[in-house]
Amino acid sequence: MGRLIRLLLLITSLAVGGFAVPHRAAAAPEDLAAGLALIAKDSFNDTLSGIDAIARSGVPHAAALVEALQDRRMLIDTANQKVFYREPAGTVREAQSNEVVASPPAGLTAVRLNNRVRGAASAAIGALSLMNPDPQRRIQAAQAVMKSRDPTALAVLDAALAAEKLPNVKAELQLAWAAVTFSKSDAPLDKRLEAVALLKDARSREAVSILRSLPADAAAPLRESTTSAISSIEQRLALWGYVQNVWYGVSLGSVLLIAAIGLAITFGVMGVINMAHGEMVMLGAYTTFVVQEFCRTSAPWLFDYSLVAAIPLAFLVAGGVGVAIERGVIRHLYGRPLETLLATWGISLILQQAVRTAFGPTNREVGTPQFMSGAMEIGGLVITWNRLYIVIFAGLIFVGLLLALRYTSLGLHMRAVTQNRRMASSMGIRTGRVDALTFGLGSGIAGLAGVALSQIDNVSPNLGQSYIIDSFLVVVFGGVGNLWGTLIGALSIGMANKLLEPYAGAVLGKILLLVAIIVFIQKRPRGLFALKGRAVEA
Amino acid sequence: MLKRRNVLAGLAATALAGGALLAGTPLAQAQDTVKIGVLHSLSGTMAISETTLKDTILFLIEEQNKKGGVLGKKLEAVVVDPASNWPLFAEKARELITQHKVAATFGCWTSVSRKSVLPVFKELNNILFYPVQYEGEESERNVFYTGAAPNQQAIPAVDYLMSKDGGEVKRWVLAGTDYVYPRTTNKILEAYLLAKGVAKEDIMINYTPFGHSDWQTIVSEIVKFGSGGKKTAVVSTINGDANVPFYKELGNKGVKATDIPVVAFSVGEEELAGLDTKDLVGHLAAWNYFQSVKNPANEEFIKKWQAFNKNPKRVTNDPMEAHVIGFAMWVKAVEKAGSFDVDKVIDALPGIEAPNLTGGTSKMLPNHHITKPVLIGEIRADGQFDVVWQTKDLVPGDAWTDFLDGSKDLEADWVGKKCGNFNMKTGKCG
Amino acid sequence: MITRALLENDRTGKWFLAIVLGLAIVVPILHLAVPPSSPFHVSTATLALLGKYLCFALLALSLDLVWGYCGILSLGHGAFFALGGYAMGMYLMRQIGTRGVYAHPVLPDFMVFLNWKELPWFWYGFENAWFAFLMVMAVPGLLAFVFGWFAFRSRVTGVYLSIITQALTYALLLAFFRNDMGFGGNNGLTDFKDILGFPVQANTTRAALFAASALALALGYLAARAIVASRLGKVLVCIRDAESRTRFIGYRVEHYKTFVFTVSAVMAGIAGALYVPQVGIINPSEFNPANSIEVVIWVAVGGRGTLAGAALGAVLVNFAKTTFTTGFLAPYWLFALGALFVITTIWLPKGILGKFNDLWERWRSSRVAKPEQKPAPVPQLAE
Repeated sequence: MGRLIRLLLLITSLAVGGFAVPHRAAAAPEDLAAGLALIAKDSFNDTLSGIDAIARSGVPHAAALVEALQDRRMLIDTANQKVFYREPAGTVREAQSNEVVASPPAGLTAVRLNNRVRGAASAAIGALSLMNPDPQRRIQAAQAVMKSRDPTALAVLDAALAAEKLPNVKAELQLAWAAVTFSKSDAPLDKRLEAVALLKDARSREAVSILRSLPADAAAPLRESTTSAISSIEQRLALWGYVQNVWYGVSLGSVLLIAAIGLAITFGVMGVINMAHGEMVMLGAYTTFVVQEFCRTSAPWLFDYSLVAAIPLAFLVAGGVGVAIERGVIRHLYGRPLETLLATWGISLILQQAVRTAFGPTNREVGTPQFMSGAMEIGGLVITWNRLYIVIFAGLIFVGLLLALRYTSLGLHMRAVTQNRRMASSMGIRTGRVDALTFGLGSGIAGLAGVALSQIDNVSPNLGQSYIIDSFLVVVFGGVGNLWGTLIGALSIGMANKLLEPYAGAVLGKILLLVAIIVFIQKRPRGLFALKGRAVEA
Repeated sequence: MLKRRNVLAGLAATALAGGALLAGTPLAQAQDTVKIGVLHSLSGTMAISETTLKDTILFLIEEQNKKGGVLGKKLEAVVVDPASNWPLFAEKARELITQHKVAATFGCWTSVSRKSVLPVFKELNNILFYPVQYEGEESERNVFYTGAAPNQQAIPAVDYLMSKDGGEVKRWVLAGTDYVYPRTTNKILEAYLLAKGVAKEDIMINYTPFGHSDWQTIVSEIVKFGSGGKKTAVVSTINGDANVPFYKELGNKGVKATDIPVVAFSVGEEELAGLDTKDLVGHLAAWNYFQSVKNPANEEFIKKWQAFNKNPKRVTNDPMEAHVIGFAMWVKAVEKAGSFDVDKVIDALPGIEAPNLTGGTSKMLPNHHITKPVLIGEIRADGQFDVVWQTKDLVPGDAWTDFLDGSKDLEADWVGKKCGNFNMKTGKCG
Repeated sequence: MITRALLENDRTGKWFLAIVLGLAIVVPILHLAVPPSSPFHVSTATLALLGKYLCFALLALSLDLVWGYCGILSLGHGAFFALGGYAMGMYLMRQIGTRGVYAHPVLPDFMVFLNWKELPWFWYGFENAWFAFLMVMAVPGLLAFVFGWFAFRSRVTGVYLSIITQALTYALLLAFFRNDMGFGGNNGLTDFKDILGFPVQANTTRAALFAASALALALGYLAARAIVASRLGKVLVCIRDAESRTRFIGYRVEHYKTFVFTVSAVMAGIAGALYVPQVGIINPSEFNPANSIEVVIWVAVGGRGTLAGAALGAVLVNFAKTTFTTGFLAPYWLFALGALFVITTIWLPKGILGKFNDLWERWRSSRVAKPEQKPAPVPQLAE
């Protein structure tokens, strides 16, 4: 009871003046001292009780303390059993008095955490910051309370709801209230039914999870309304599930497109069976790694932009290697397309081993910039940012490539050379140079693919190998020599794969897809968009 | 390109050498050294994991030689590259034993590579130390299993998750790559969970191909399964390469360890080094060793290892520790037997004790498995693990699990019964 | 005699057969009869290695038959090899009987510990050697026939065909990885005991298997040679060089292609079947598309369209692989292998044997003022 009163007092104090004007009278430093003593023991069970005590103490810096604990910034001086915490900025404060310590004692160790402690900490922070002046923090707090469903938070929630003015925050608070009330077995039935209605309107996965947790011995009317709420939400989620699958298909399709589009140039347009294509992708990914590593050591503030910086560099590195390969090897093999397979296979082995020697055989870490982490929700659809950016990136590359082929002089020359090499040559086009640049372009785009793939896959010497077969399938399925074919091919393979997966499983789905492609090629031996005319028999 | 001339020369030499090969060139044997085979892939898909183990053995041999070798002889490593190609493992094993006359071999990672070399080690009677956690269901006279058997990793991990500290998990997703280790482990875990009273509908089993990179569908299925109103956890036997995209998807979908914890059996420090772990904090791994374990033996090992590699960031991991233990045991057994003779060393090994890096002393058991502590670690933001739980005593490795019909009656004992698959019911070997 | 007729104009072939048959006799004798102390003794390791090379040589030969003479670049020939190997592996598994670790009389070990209760239907019959050996040829042959029948009738050619053969072997790779398929998943089939009642690890069995491989290679060569030298072979070369024209002349191109593709697959299957007892394991990685590409490379290195060259290429590349993967070179052997492929394609477009033949012809025509006959037509490599 004392805990409740103190919390209420705290709330009033916060409501009046926020953190800036602490009302010392409401706080209970002796609870804080007891809590800190428990935390100093650094065992999980004691830490849990410690968090409880800190939250109960109602001191103004309680939230800051628990946050520090959660982020491993709570430090113990084991020798003297004293607890300190470090603010994100770096200043160390004494936990009890909240005073800045100019020279913290040596040998401070961070309080150990496990998931249970972490969960309790975020619940406590939630309960403590429901009245935070920052609306964003209030929303987070409401969500934390919804997760913890801690019945003691109910009083604070009621107060917070009464004081809340912003509608979006209020909605979150209501949900949290519903979650807590619903789970509280001794709450009045009408309140619990009201909670069910609120949760039903939330229509989210999380709401289902809460509703499902109802024990089997609950009152009959509550059980019934819960069941109907669950099925209503499930129905809606199932509908969204189809949309979600389509999105997964688009996303996988864009990954395939990005991996295959460079090949559509080197293989599709030039006819080189480029087995080293995957290694160009890998080079792009490693370029990203190097750029990030540079940012990390020399310019940490640039980290979020490292991918942007990596894009042109990856294009240049992979493109440059591509030009070198074309001039050094492939140049000698025109007119013998199958032999390019052997040479480029050899090159791919060399590149793989070179990267393995230079960077080691293990995966390298390429971080995700802040703006690409996490996910957004539209209705019941969850879209992760990194996938969304890759879809956009793939689209940009595709459009850019189409425009380049259509409107630049290099594009004109490329088309001329691939359509009729001798004619183009006699018109004064330096076919050798065009060949080199075309191969460089294809490889450079593969390098760009590497930047994108570094965000979702391993950056290891084997990266290229895992995409090469799929890339060839996409290009062949779409029709060699046709960029639109590659686009449609990638999207339909991605879509088919993702629509099959929920029913057949990942392994069988992939097998079925391969068989379908084999059968499809029987029907259309030159792919989806076959070139017509004399080029066919060339 | 620098190899051009060499290769041409090599080609010419090939023809000549072909004749020499037919005659089976006996290799010159140095008298004062004893050879140790290192059979780990340095290229191909498994190089990612196995290269470190090769370096570990080279490091251990160097350290041993600094101490004066074994029985007054210097050790010499023979490194071969089976290139992640399973038949090549058998071929290279034969080469190590017959041509290089190695006294023992440290090697293999995947189960299939071990299965591939088994007949060779049996036929030519040599010793293999196998350092990786595996599905059990095997005990051979010539193989010493220093990695974890399922009861030294999977079952304690599940026990932990069922405990109060682990979050009292009631609903389970068993996700794995579709090969023998996850299949067997999941079979064992399923039987174990059912025996513990978990309902059949509270267990979801999912398999994916090797190197699976698009986890969107599966992660959302896991999230959906997790909304069953009971605390849910994922037990992951997902293998190597597929882990990075899996964890990236988990992180981006916002699946926090406090909501749905994932406990993995194949993700260690080495794998995390390739990952941004800030969104994965709190997800778990079960091993018998973590780099972050605080004790003097481990700290000294890490220091020397990083100095050996001239890389202060080089991490250590569980299979490396298994090699450390296995190597120490072999050295002790040779010293006990007073000879490098394979039969004598095999007989000397059971009962040998060697300190592990977590502060205990591991013992080689008559079933050729060892005793190990089981540790549960939570991923930290810096790519290391926080040990949150560990068994009080060392757990003896059990070759034949008690949770499968076919193997519950089997027992391995190479000391008394001289048999790897003794059937307690029929009282016969095999 | 047919053989003589076949080899009349085939100088390389005579040498090739002489060497292969010589090996078939000499190596087993050196292995069995010569004491290990003698420098002429062939060790078990070497014998197993050579046996493996010969199986690969037969596989390369089978690919050369379709690629070198009919222009079908199969990037999935490893699939036929592996299927043959699996058929043999299943036979060998059934021979284990109660000697498995669980002592189950019928089920192989991997089925016991995954709780399979009875043998899947497709394992029936494999306890009989004759049935298994029939399947070694029938399964790859049938698959090739069905696949070829549809693909060639639909006129899938060139890279399209190459890519779908690759898709075929990739699909099989994934399928055999699945434990639910009942082929042991990634661990594959291993720990074999007996073949035809003889222990697989006995020296005599090994020697016999080696001799069988050499014999199979020789027979394979003769069969390929018979096809190539016949009228049928001429049509095949026509198809390779100008498919449409051949069709317009009135030949049913798809029948010829399907026939030679099937024959080639059967040869590959036999190679796989001989390979498995000698290396002691068959597992899905044999289906890996990269393996099939490697076979193409052996053929190219040795000399496409020369049959003997393909076999030579297989042996040389694998020998190089064996040599380079040991000792201090181990981390770098991929550089050497990669460089080898680049160099061969640029400087030896006809492969080693092709180059050798060219040199030989030049040397002969410089010695003999007036050549008695026109030089043998060197196969055109243009598409």
